[in-house]
Amino acid sequence: MKKEYICIACPVGCHLVLEEKSKDDIKVTGNRCSRGESYAREEYSEPKRTVTATCSADNGRIPVKTNRPILKEHIDSLLKEIYSINIDTLVERGDVIIKNYADTGVDVVATGSSAGKIKS
Amino acid sequence: MKEYFFDCAVIGGGAAGMAAALEVEKSGFRAVIVERENTLGGILLQCIHNGFGLHEFKEELSGPEYAGNFSEMIYASGVKVFLESTVMEIGEAQGKIHELYCYSAVYGVFTVKAKSVILAMGCRERNRGNIGIPGTRPAGIMTAGLAQRLVNIDGYIPGKEIVIVGSGDIGLIMARRMTWSGCKVHAVIEIQPYPSGITRNIVQCLEDFSIPLYLSHIVSSINGKDRIESVDVTPLRDGIADEEKTFRIGCDTLLLSVGLVPENELSRKAGIRLNPQGSGPFVDSYLMTSRDGIFACGNVLHVHDLVDFVTKESRTAGANAVKYLKSALSARQYKVVSGSNVRYVVPQKFNFEDVSQFYLRSMIVKNDAQIEVKINNHLIKSVKQNHVQPSEMISVSLKKEELAKVTSVNDPELEISII
Repeated sequence: MKKEYICIACPVGCHLVLEEKSKDDIKVTGNRCSRGESYAREEYSEPKRTVTATCSADNGRIPVKTNRPILKEHIDSLLKEIYSINIDTLVERGDVIIKNYADTGVDVVATGSSAGKIKS
Repeated sequence: MKEYFFDCAVIGGGAAGMAAALEVEKSGFRAVIVERENTLGGILLQCIHNGFGLHEFKEELSGPEYAGNFSEMIYASGVKVFLESTVMEIGEAQGKIHELYCYSAVYGVFTVKAKSVILAMGCRERNRGNIGIPGTRPAGIMTAGLAQRLVNIDGYIPGKEIVIVGSGDIGLIMARRMTWSGCKVHAVIEIQPYPSGITRNIVQCLEDFSIPLYLSHIVSSINGKDRIESVDVTPLRDGIADEEKTFRIGCDTLLLSVGLVPENELSRKAGIRLNPQGSGPFVDSYLMTSRDGIFACGNVLHVHDLVDFVTKESRTAGANAVKYLKSALSARQYKVVSGSNVRYVVPQKFNFEDVSQFYLRSMIVKNDAQIEVKINNHLIKSVKQNHVQPSEMISVSLKKEELAKVTSVNDPELEISII
Protein backbone atom coordinates (compact mmCIF):
# COMPACT_ATOMS: atom_id res chain seq x y z
CA MET A 1 0.00 0.00 0.00
CA LYS A 2 1.50 3.32 -1.13
CA LYS A 3 -0.04 6.77 -0.71
CA GLU A 4 1.14 10.22 -1.71
CA TYR A 5 0.48 13.45 0.17
CA ILE A 6 1.52 17.08 -0.01
CA CYS A 7 2.42 18.29 3.45
CA ILE A 8 0.50 21.33 4.69
CA ALA A 9 2.42 21.92 7.92
CA CYS A 10 4.32 24.82 6.33
CA PRO A 11 4.54 26.61 2.95
CA VAL A 12 7.36 24.39 1.61
CA GLY A 13 4.81 21.68 0.73
CA CYS A 14 6.96 18.53 0.83
CA HIS A 15 5.79 15.66 -1.37
CA LEU A 16 5.36 12.79 1.07
CA VAL A 17 5.18 9.11 0.27
CA LEU A 18 3.68 6.76 2.85
CA GLU A 19 4.26 3.06 2.45
CA GLU A 20 2.55 0.39 4.51
CA LYS A 21 4.28 -2.96 4.34
CA SER A 22 2.42 -4.38 7.31
CA LYS A 23 0.35 -2.88 10.10
CA ASP A 24 3.41 -2.20 12.22
CA ASP A 25 5.69 -1.21 9.39
CA ILE A 26 4.62 2.17 8.03
CA LYS A 27 7.29 4.33 6.45
CA VAL A 28 7.11 7.99 5.44
CA THR A 29 9.63 9.48 3.02
CA GLY A 30 10.03 12.85 1.32
CA ASN A 31 9.54 14.88 4.50
CA ARG A 32 12.07 17.52 5.49
CA CYS A 33 10.99 17.62 9.11
CA SER A 34 9.14 15.52 11.68
CA ARG A 35 5.89 17.41 11.18
CA GLY A 36 5.68 15.90 7.71
CA GLU A 37 5.87 12.40 9.11
CA SER A 38 3.07 12.89 11.63
CA TYR A 39 0.94 14.68 9.04
CA ALA A 40 1.18 11.74 6.60
CA ARG A 41 0.43 9.20 9.34
CA GLU A 42 -2.66 11.07 10.47
CA GLU A 43 -3.90 11.63 6.90
CA TYR A 44 -3.48 7.91 6.30
CA SER A 45 -5.04 6.49 9.42
CA GLU A 46 -7.67 9.01 10.47
CA PRO A 47 -7.94 12.16 8.33
CA LYS A 48 -9.81 14.94 10.12
CA ARG A 49 -11.04 18.39 9.19
CA THR A 50 -12.53 21.35 10.99
CA VAL A 51 -15.93 21.98 9.43
CA THR A 52 -17.38 25.48 9.14
CA ALA A 53 -20.82 26.34 7.79
CA THR A 54 -23.84 28.50 8.53
CA CYS A 55 -27.20 27.68 10.11
CA SER A 56 -30.37 29.37 9.14
CA ALA A 57 -31.79 31.72 11.75
CA ASP A 58 -35.04 33.64 11.84
CA ASN A 59 -33.40 36.62 10.21
CA GLY A 60 -30.09 35.83 8.49
CA ARG A 61 -27.44 33.15 8.89
CA ILE A 62 -25.39 32.19 11.96
CA PRO A 63 -21.82 31.02 11.28
CA VAL A 64 -20.85 27.80 13.07
CA LYS A 65 -17.82 25.50 13.32
CA THR A 66 -16.84 22.19 14.86
CA ASN A 67 -14.93 22.84 18.08
CA ARG A 68 -12.23 20.40 16.93
CA PRO A 69 -11.43 18.54 13.70
CA ILE A 70 -13.85 15.74 12.89
CA LEU A 71 -13.19 12.52 10.93
CA LYS A 72 -13.73 13.18 7.22
CA GLU A 73 -16.27 10.36 6.88
CA HIS A 74 -18.69 12.24 9.17
CA ILE A 75 -18.59 15.54 7.27
CA ASP A 76 -21.42 14.98 4.76
CA SER A 77 -23.95 13.84 7.34
CA LEU A 78 -22.85 16.56 9.77
CA LEU A 79 -23.45 19.24 7.12
CA LYS A 80 -26.94 17.86 6.46
CA GLU A 81 -27.71 18.13 10.15
CA ILE A 82 -26.35 21.70 10.36
CA TYR A 83 -28.43 22.78 7.34
CA SER A 84 -31.60 21.25 8.82
CA ILE A 85 -31.43 23.49 11.89
CA ASN A 86 -33.28 26.77 12.19
CA ILE A 87 -32.24 28.89 15.16
CA ASP A 88 -35.15 30.85 16.59
CA THR A 89 -33.54 32.06 19.81
CA LEU A 90 -30.77 34.54 20.56
CA VAL A 91 -27.38 32.94 20.09
CA GLU A 92 -24.06 34.19 21.42
CA ARG A 93 -20.63 33.42 20.04
CA GLY A 94 -19.47 30.11 21.60
CA ASP A 95 -22.98 28.71 22.24
CA VAL A 96 -23.23 24.99 21.50
CA ILE A 97 -25.60 24.30 18.60
CA ILE A 98 -25.06 20.52 18.34
CA LYS A 99 -23.66 18.61 21.32
CA ASN A 100 -21.40 15.56 20.80
CA TYR A 101 -22.31 14.92 17.18
CA ALA A 102 -22.82 11.19 16.46
CA ASP A 103 -20.81 10.32 19.59
CA THR A 104 -17.64 11.72 18.03
CA GLY A 105 -17.06 14.01 21.00
CA VAL A 106 -17.22 16.94 18.59
CA ASP A 107 -19.55 19.89 19.25
CA VAL A 108 -20.82 22.43 16.74
CA VAL A 109 -20.57 25.93 18.17
CA ALA A 110 -21.74 29.35 16.96
CA THR A 111 -18.89 31.60 15.80
CA GLY A 112 -21.06 34.72 15.58
CA SER A 113 -23.95 36.08 17.57
CA SER A 114 -27.47 36.66 16.37
CA ALA A 115 -27.86 39.96 18.20
CA GLY A 116 -29.85 42.29 16.00
CA LYS A 117 -30.61 39.54 13.52
CA ILE A 118 -33.69 38.10 15.22
CA LYS A 119 -37.04 39.74 14.66
CA SER A 120 -38.59 40.80 17.94
CA MET B 1 -23.65 70.51 8.93
CA LYS B 2 -22.80 68.66 12.11
CA GLU B 3 -19.10 68.56 13.03
CA TYR B 4 -17.21 66.19 15.29
CA PHE B 5 -13.65 66.68 16.54
CA PHE B 6 -11.17 63.88 17.22
CA ASP B 7 -7.43 63.41 17.54
CA CYS B 8 -7.47 60.58 15.02
CA ALA B 9 -10.06 59.50 12.46
CA VAL B 10 -9.88 55.93 11.16
CA ILE B 11 -11.60 55.18 7.85
CA GLY B 12 -12.86 51.60 7.83
CA GLY B 13 -13.83 49.30 10.72
CA GLY B 14 -12.29 46.02 9.59
CA ALA B 15 -9.27 44.26 11.05
CA ALA B 16 -6.94 47.15 10.20
CA GLY B 17 -9.15 49.99 11.39
CA MET B 18 -10.01 48.34 14.70
CA ALA B 19 -6.39 47.56 15.62
CA ALA B 20 -5.22 51.06 14.65
CA ALA B 21 -8.02 52.82 16.58
CA LEU B 22 -7.39 50.76 19.73
CA GLU B 23 -3.71 51.66 19.63
CA VAL B 24 -4.52 55.38 19.42
CA GLU B 25 -7.15 55.27 22.17
CA LYS B 26 -4.80 53.29 24.45
CA SER B 27 -2.39 56.22 24.44
CA GLY B 28 -5.01 58.63 25.72
CA PHE B 29 -5.93 60.25 22.41
CA ARG B 30 -9.50 60.24 21.09
CA ALA B 31 -10.15 58.04 18.06
CA VAL B 32 -13.18 57.55 15.84
CA ILE B 33 -13.95 54.79 13.32
CA VAL B 34 -16.14 55.59 10.33
CA GLU B 35 -17.53 52.33 8.88
CA ARG B 36 -19.99 52.04 6.00
CA GLU B 37 -21.53 48.66 6.98
CA ASN B 38 -23.85 48.15 9.95
CA THR B 39 -21.32 46.00 11.88
CA LEU B 40 -17.63 46.24 12.65
CA GLY B 41 -15.48 43.47 11.21
CA GLY B 42 -15.18 44.13 7.49
CA ILE B 43 -14.44 41.21 5.21
CA LEU B 44 -13.73 38.89 8.18
CA LEU B 45 -17.48 38.54 8.76
CA GLN B 46 -17.99 36.63 5.52
CA CYS B 47 -14.84 34.51 5.99
CA ILE B 48 -16.55 31.89 8.13
CA HIS B 49 -13.78 29.31 7.54
CA ASN B 50 -11.10 28.83 10.16
CA GLY B 51 -7.38 29.57 10.10
CA PHE B 52 -7.32 33.11 11.49
CA GLY B 53 -5.51 34.30 14.59
CA LEU B 54 -2.70 31.75 15.01
CA HIS B 55 -0.19 34.57 15.57
CA GLU B 56 -2.46 37.05 17.32
CA PHE B 57 -4.52 34.82 19.62
CA LYS B 58 -2.43 31.59 19.49
CA GLU B 59 -5.49 29.62 18.39
CA GLU B 60 -7.28 28.92 15.15
CA LEU B 61 -10.38 31.09 14.82
CA SER B 62 -12.96 31.70 12.12
CA GLY B 63 -13.23 35.18 10.61
CA PRO B 64 -16.31 36.24 12.64
CA GLU B 65 -14.56 35.14 15.86
CA TYR B 66 -11.43 37.15 15.05
CA ALA B 67 -13.58 40.18 14.22
CA GLY B 68 -15.70 39.57 17.33
CA ASN B 69 -12.65 39.61 19.62
CA PHE B 70 -11.65 43.02 18.26
CA SER B 71 -15.10 44.60 18.17
CA GLU B 72 -15.58 43.63 21.82
CA MET B 73 -12.33 45.45 22.62
CA ILE B 74 -13.50 48.47 20.61
CA TYR B 75 -16.82 48.70 22.46
CA ALA B 76 -15.05 48.24 25.81
CA SER B 77 -12.71 51.13 24.92
CA GLY B 78 -13.55 54.77 24.39
CA VAL B 79 -13.31 54.59 20.60
CA LYS B 80 -16.29 56.33 18.98
CA VAL B 81 -17.86 54.33 16.14
CA PHE B 82 -20.03 55.68 13.32
CA LEU B 83 -21.66 52.69 11.60
CA GLU B 84 -23.53 52.90 8.28
CA SER B 85 -21.50 56.00 7.51
CA THR B 86 -19.49 56.50 4.34
CA VAL B 87 -16.56 58.88 3.95
CA MET B 88 -17.15 60.58 0.62
CA GLU B 89 -14.05 62.70 0.53
CA ILE B 90 -10.98 63.71 2.49
CA GLY B 91 -10.94 67.47 2.15
CA GLU B 92 -7.95 69.78 2.07
CA ALA B 93 -6.36 70.17 5.49
CA GLN B 94 -7.30 73.41 7.27
CA GLY B 95 -4.00 74.20 8.88
CA LYS B 96 -3.14 70.92 10.61
CA ILE B 97 -6.76 69.72 10.79
CA HIS B 98 -8.06 67.15 8.30
CA GLU B 99 -11.71 67.10 7.27
CA LEU B 100 -13.65 63.98 6.33
CA TYR B 101 -16.99 64.56 4.62
CA CYS B 102 -19.35 61.73 5.58
CA TYR B 103 -22.94 60.78 4.89
CA SER B 104 -25.14 58.27 6.61
CA ALA B 105 -28.75 57.14 6.71
CA VAL B 106 -28.46 57.24 10.50
CA TYR B 107 -26.52 60.46 11.18
CA GLY B 108 -27.19 62.46 8.03
CA VAL B 109 -24.40 64.45 6.45
CA PHE B 110 -21.57 65.31 8.80
CA THR B 111 -17.92 66.32 8.98
CA VAL B 112 -15.28 64.62 11.07
CA LYS B 113 -12.36 66.92 11.86
CA ALA B 114 -9.20 65.25 13.07
CA LYS B 115 -5.53 66.04 13.64
CA SER B 116 -4.55 62.75 12.04
CA VAL B 117 -6.21 60.20 9.74
CA ILE B 118 -5.60 56.46 9.31
CA LEU B 119 -6.65 54.92 6.00
CA ALA B 120 -7.94 51.37 6.60
CA MET B 121 -10.41 50.84 3.76
CA GLY B 122 -9.12 47.42 2.70
CA CYS B 123 -9.07 46.15 -0.85
CA ARG B 124 -11.27 45.19 -3.78
CA GLU B 125 -11.42 42.14 -5.99
CA ARG B 126 -10.25 42.27 -9.57
CA ASN B 127 -13.11 41.54 -11.92
CA ARG B 128 -13.76 40.18 -15.39
CA GLY B 129 -12.82 43.52 -16.95
CA ASN B 130 -9.38 43.38 -15.32
CA ILE B 131 -8.41 40.12 -16.99
CA GLY B 132 -10.35 40.58 -20.23
CA ILE B 133 -12.08 37.23 -20.78
CA PRO B 134 -13.68 37.24 -24.26
CA GLY B 135 -17.23 36.03 -24.91
CA THR B 136 -20.80 37.00 -24.18
CA ARG B 137 -22.00 38.89 -21.11
CA PRO B 138 -24.57 36.60 -19.51
CA ALA B 139 -25.67 36.40 -15.87
CA GLY B 140 -23.88 34.06 -13.47
CA ILE B 141 -20.40 35.61 -13.51
CA MET B 142 -19.17 37.13 -10.28
CA THR B 143 -16.14 37.47 -8.05
CA ALA B 144 -15.49 34.72 -5.51
CA GLY B 145 -15.80 37.23 -2.67
CA LEU B 146 -19.27 38.29 -3.81
CA ALA B 147 -20.35 34.65 -3.95
CA GLN B 148 -18.88 34.22 -0.47
CA ARG B 149 -21.02 37.05 0.82
CA LEU B 150 -24.15 35.68 -0.87
CA VAL B 151 -23.65 32.20 0.58
CA ASN B 152 -22.30 32.99 4.06
CA ILE B 153 -24.12 36.17 5.02
CA ASP B 154 -27.26 36.32 2.89
CA GLY B 155 -27.83 32.57 2.55
CA TYR B 156 -28.20 32.42 -1.24
CA ILE B 157 -26.59 29.84 -3.52
CA PRO B 158 -25.61 31.69 -6.71
CA GLY B 159 -25.60 28.55 -8.91
CA LYS B 160 -25.18 24.78 -8.97
CA GLU B 161 -22.56 24.00 -11.62
CA ILE B 162 -19.45 26.02 -10.86
CA VAL B 163 -16.19 26.83 -12.62
CA ILE B 164 -13.61 28.98 -10.83
CA VAL B 165 -11.06 31.17 -12.61
CA GLY B 166 -7.87 31.77 -10.67
CA SER B 167 -6.47 29.73 -7.82
CA GLY B 168 -6.26 32.54 -5.28
CA ASP B 169 -7.18 31.62 -1.73
CA ILE B 170 -10.69 33.06 -1.89
CA GLY B 171 -11.40 30.96 -4.98
CA LEU B 172 -10.11 27.81 -3.29
CA ILE B 173 -12.06 28.49 -0.10
CA MET B 174 -15.16 29.01 -2.24
CA ALA B 175 -14.57 25.72 -4.09
CA ARG B 176 -14.96 23.96 -0.75
CA ARG B 177 -17.84 26.15 0.38
CA MET B 178 -19.84 25.55 -2.81
CA THR B 179 -19.16 21.81 -2.60
CA TRP B 180 -20.26 21.76 1.03
CA SER B 181 -23.37 23.69 -0.02
CA GLY B 182 -24.42 20.96 -2.44
CA CYS B 183 -22.98 22.41 -5.68
CA LYS B 184 -20.64 20.75 -8.14
CA VAL B 185 -17.33 22.51 -8.74
CA HIS B 186 -16.09 21.31 -12.13
CA ALA B 187 -12.69 22.94 -12.34
CA VAL B 188 -10.31 25.64 -11.17
CA ILE B 189 -8.46 27.32 -14.05
CA GLU B 190 -5.10 29.01 -13.32
CA ILE B 191 -3.05 30.92 -15.90
CA GLN B 192 0.24 30.51 -13.97
CA PRO B 193 2.17 27.23 -13.94
CA TYR B 194 1.85 27.17 -10.12
CA PRO B 195 -1.15 27.71 -7.82
CA SER B 196 -1.57 31.23 -6.45
CA GLY B 197 -3.17 30.05 -3.20
CA ILE B 198 -1.42 28.38 -0.28
CA THR B 199 -0.76 24.62 -0.28
CA ARG B 200 -3.05 23.95 2.64
CA ASN B 201 -6.00 25.29 0.64
CA ILE B 202 -5.04 23.30 -2.45
CA VAL B 203 -5.10 20.14 -0.35
CA GLN B 204 -8.13 20.80 1.82
CA CYS B 205 -10.33 22.68 -0.66
CA LEU B 206 -9.54 20.93 -3.96
CA GLU B 207 -7.90 17.55 -3.42
CA ASP B 208 -10.32 16.57 -0.67
CA PHE B 209 -13.11 16.81 -3.23
CA SER B 210 -11.13 15.70 -6.32
CA ILE B 211 -11.69 19.09 -8.00
CA PRO B 212 -9.34 19.35 -11.00
CA LEU B 213 -6.86 22.25 -11.02
CA TYR B 214 -5.78 23.21 -14.54
CA LEU B 215 -2.44 25.03 -14.29
CA SER B 216 -1.18 27.04 -17.30
CA HIS B 217 -4.74 27.19 -18.66
CA ILE B 218 -6.98 30.14 -19.48
CA VAL B 219 -10.68 30.65 -19.98
CA SER B 220 -10.70 31.62 -23.66
CA SER B 221 -14.44 32.19 -24.03
CA ILE B 222 -17.59 32.61 -21.99
CA ASN B 223 -20.67 31.13 -23.70
CA GLY B 224 -24.38 31.61 -23.07
CA LYS B 225 -27.01 34.20 -23.84
CA ASP B 226 -29.03 35.03 -20.73
CA ARG B 227 -27.24 32.78 -18.26
CA ILE B 228 -23.71 31.44 -18.65
CA GLU B 229 -23.86 27.92 -20.16
CA SER B 230 -20.22 26.94 -20.57
CA VAL B 231 -16.65 28.17 -20.75
CA ASP B 232 -13.93 27.29 -23.24
CA VAL B 233 -10.63 26.40 -21.62
CA THR B 234 -7.34 26.57 -23.51
CA PRO B 235 -3.95 25.29 -22.34
CA LEU B 236 -0.90 27.51 -22.65
CA ARG B 237 2.29 26.21 -24.23
CA ASP B 238 5.32 28.40 -23.53
CA GLY B 239 2.90 31.16 -22.61
CA ILE B 240 0.97 30.98 -25.89
CA ALA B 241 -2.57 29.65 -26.16
CA ASP B 242 -2.63 26.23 -27.81
CA GLU B 243 -6.01 26.76 -29.45
CA GLU B 244 -6.33 23.31 -30.98
CA LYS B 245 -6.45 21.80 -27.50
CA THR B 246 -9.35 23.97 -26.36
CA PHE B 247 -12.07 22.08 -24.48
CA ARG B 248 -15.46 23.08 -23.12
CA ILE B 249 -16.82 22.82 -19.56
CA GLY B 250 -20.54 23.25 -18.91
CA CYS B 251 -21.48 25.49 -15.97
CA ASP B 252 -24.13 27.90 -14.75
CA THR B 253 -21.81 30.02 -12.61
CA LEU B 254 -18.29 31.36 -13.08
CA LEU B 255 -16.44 32.62 -10.02
CA LEU B 256 -13.42 34.90 -10.42
CA SER B 257 -10.56 34.76 -7.95
CA VAL B 258 -8.01 36.76 -9.87
CA GLY B 259 -6.39 38.98 -7.32
CA LEU B 260 -7.05 41.90 -5.02
CA VAL B 261 -6.13 45.57 -5.32
CA PRO B 262 -6.06 48.21 -2.59
CA GLU B 263 -9.14 50.42 -2.47
CA ASN B 264 -7.63 53.69 -3.72
CA GLU B 265 -10.61 55.89 -4.61
CA LEU B 266 -10.52 58.10 -1.51
CA SER B 267 -6.74 58.26 -1.43
CA ARG B 268 -6.47 59.23 -5.08
CA LYS B 269 -9.11 61.94 -4.72
CA ALA B 270 -7.27 63.25 -1.67
CA GLY B 271 -4.15 63.74 -3.79
CA ILE B 272 -2.22 61.02 -1.95
CA ARG B 273 0.72 59.67 -3.92
CA LEU B 274 0.24 56.02 -4.90
CA ASN B 275 2.96 53.40 -5.23
CA PRO B 276 2.80 51.91 -8.73
CA GLN B 277 4.35 48.57 -7.63
CA GLY B 278 2.23 47.66 -4.60
CA SER B 279 -0.62 49.81 -5.92
CA GLY B 280 -1.52 51.25 -2.49
CA PRO B 281 -0.34 54.62 -1.15
CA PHE B 282 3.35 55.42 -1.05
CA VAL B 283 4.38 55.51 2.64
CA ASP B 284 7.46 56.48 4.63
CA SER B 285 9.01 54.49 7.49
CA TYR B 286 6.15 55.62 9.77
CA LEU B 287 3.50 54.37 7.32
CA MET B 288 2.64 58.02 6.69
CA THR B 289 1.44 58.85 3.19
CA SER B 290 2.52 61.82 1.10
CA ARG B 291 -0.03 63.92 3.01
CA ASP B 292 1.18 65.06 6.44
CA GLY B 293 -0.68 63.28 9.26
CA ILE B 294 -2.45 60.73 7.02
CA PHE B 295 -1.32 57.13 7.62
CA ALA B 296 -2.25 53.87 5.86
CA CYS B 297 -2.34 50.24 7.03
CA GLY B 298 -3.78 46.84 6.19
CA ASN B 299 -5.01 45.87 2.74
CA VAL B 300 -5.45 49.46 1.61
CA LEU B 301 -1.66 49.77 1.84
CA HIS B 302 -0.81 46.40 0.30
CA VAL B 303 -2.71 43.11 0.12
CA HIS B 304 -1.82 40.79 3.01
CA ASP B 305 -2.34 37.04 3.11
CA LEU B 306 -2.78 36.79 6.89
CA VAL B 307 -5.07 38.99 8.97
CA ASP B 308 -2.59 38.62 11.84
CA PHE B 309 -0.08 40.67 9.84
CA VAL B 310 -2.77 43.27 9.11
CA THR B 311 -3.32 43.64 12.85
CA LYS B 312 0.39 43.98 13.54
CA GLU B 313 0.94 46.57 10.81
CA SER B 314 -2.12 48.55 11.89
CA ARG B 315 -0.93 48.74 15.49
CA THR B 316 2.29 50.22 14.15
CA ALA B 317 0.32 52.76 12.12
CA GLY B 318 -1.74 53.64 15.22
CA ALA B 319 1.38 54.00 17.36
CA ASN B 320 2.96 56.24 14.72
CA ALA B 321 -0.17 58.40 14.56
CA VAL B 322 0.21 58.85 18.33
CA LYS B 323 3.84 59.89 17.89
CA TYR B 324 2.71 62.32 15.21
CA LEU B 325 0.11 63.79 17.60
CA LYS B 326 2.94 64.25 20.12
CA SER B 327 5.09 65.82 17.37
CA ALA B 328 7.62 63.03 17.89
CA LEU B 329 8.07 61.84 14.30
CA SER B 330 11.36 63.38 13.42
CA ALA B 331 13.66 60.81 11.86
CA ARG B 332 15.11 61.65 8.49
CA GLN B 333 13.75 59.42 5.73
CA TYR B 334 15.80 57.53 3.17
CA LYS B 335 14.81 55.63 0.05
CA VAL B 336 13.94 51.91 -0.10
CA VAL B 337 13.99 50.10 -3.45
CA SER B 338 12.92 46.63 -4.63
CA GLY B 339 15.90 44.57 -5.79
CA SER B 340 15.98 41.47 -7.98
CA ASN B 341 12.96 39.13 -7.83
CA VAL B 342 11.07 41.47 -5.50
CA ARG B 343 7.70 42.76 -6.71
CA TYR B 344 7.37 45.43 -4.03
CA VAL B 345 8.60 46.46 -0.60
CA VAL B 346 6.49 48.33 1.98
CA PRO B 347 7.30 50.87 3.36
CA GLN B 348 9.20 52.73 0.65
CA LYS B 349 11.33 54.72 3.10
CA PHE B 350 13.43 53.85 6.15
CA ASN B 351 15.20 55.69 8.93
CA PHE B 352 18.17 54.97 11.16
CA GLU B 353 16.47 55.64 14.49
CA ASP B 354 13.79 52.94 14.80
CA VAL B 355 13.40 49.23 14.28
CA SER B 356 12.44 48.83 10.63
CA GLN B 357 9.80 46.34 9.56
CA PHE B 358 9.56 45.58 5.85
CA TYR B 359 6.99 43.51 4.01
CA LEU B 360 7.74 42.26 0.52
CA ARG B 361 6.51 39.94 -2.16
CA SER B 362 8.56 37.61 -4.30
CA MET B 363 8.21 37.38 -8.07
CA ILE B 364 9.60 33.84 -8.12
CA VAL B 365 8.96 30.38 -6.66
CA LYS B 366 12.11 28.97 -5.06
CA ASN B 367 13.33 26.67 -2.30
CA ASP B 368 16.31 27.68 -0.15
CA ALA B 369 16.21 31.31 -1.10
CA GLN B 370 18.18 34.12 0.49
CA ILE B 371 16.76 37.54 1.35
CA GLU B 372 19.48 40.17 1.14
CA VAL B 373 19.31 43.66 2.54
CA LYS B 374 21.90 46.10 1.25
CA ILE B 375 22.55 49.76 1.77
CA ASN B 376 24.46 51.26 -1.13
CA ASN B 377 25.79 47.78 -1.94
CA HIS B 378 26.98 47.04 1.62
CA LEU B 379 25.33 43.81 2.75
CA ILE B 380 23.76 44.48 6.16
CA LYS B 381 21.54 41.45 6.56
CA SER B 382 20.99 38.11 4.91
CA VAL B 383 18.12 35.83 5.90
CA LYS B 384 17.63 32.27 4.75
CA GLN B 385 14.12 31.45 3.59
CA ASN B 386 13.18 27.77 3.12
CA HIS B 387 10.68 28.61 0.45
CA VAL B 388 9.49 31.72 -1.37
CA GLN B 389 6.52 32.14 -3.70
CA PRO B 390 4.45 35.15 -4.83
CA SER B 391 1.46 34.20 -2.67
CA GLU B 392 3.43 34.16 0.60
CA MET B 393 4.27 37.59 1.98
CA ILE B 394 7.79 37.87 3.40
CA SER B 395 8.64 40.03 6.39
CA VAL B 396 12.09 41.29 7.30
CA SER B 397 12.93 43.39 10.32
CA LEU B 398 16.09 45.35 10.92
CA LYS B 399 17.42 46.40 14.28
CA LYS B 400 19.01 49.77 14.87
CA GLU B 401 22.39 48.09 15.37
CA GLU B 402 22.16 46.35 12.02
CA LEU B 403 21.49 49.66 10.32
CA ALA B 404 24.19 51.38 12.32
CA LYS B 405 26.85 49.52 10.31
CA VAL B 406 26.45 52.01 7.49
CA THR B 407 25.44 55.35 8.96
CA SER B 408 28.43 57.08 7.46
CA VAL B 409 27.32 56.48 3.86
CA ASN B 410 26.26 59.49 1.83
CA ASP B 411 22.74 59.41 0.44
CA PRO B 412 21.90 55.91 1.70
CA GLU B 413 19.54 53.75 -0.33
CA LEU B 414 18.27 50.44 1.03
CA GLU B 415 17.66 47.58 -1.38
CA ILE B 416 16.01 44.23 -0.63
CA SER B 417 16.47 41.36 -3.06
CA ILE B 418 15.74 37.66 -3.25
CA ILE B 419 18.46 35.38 -4.59
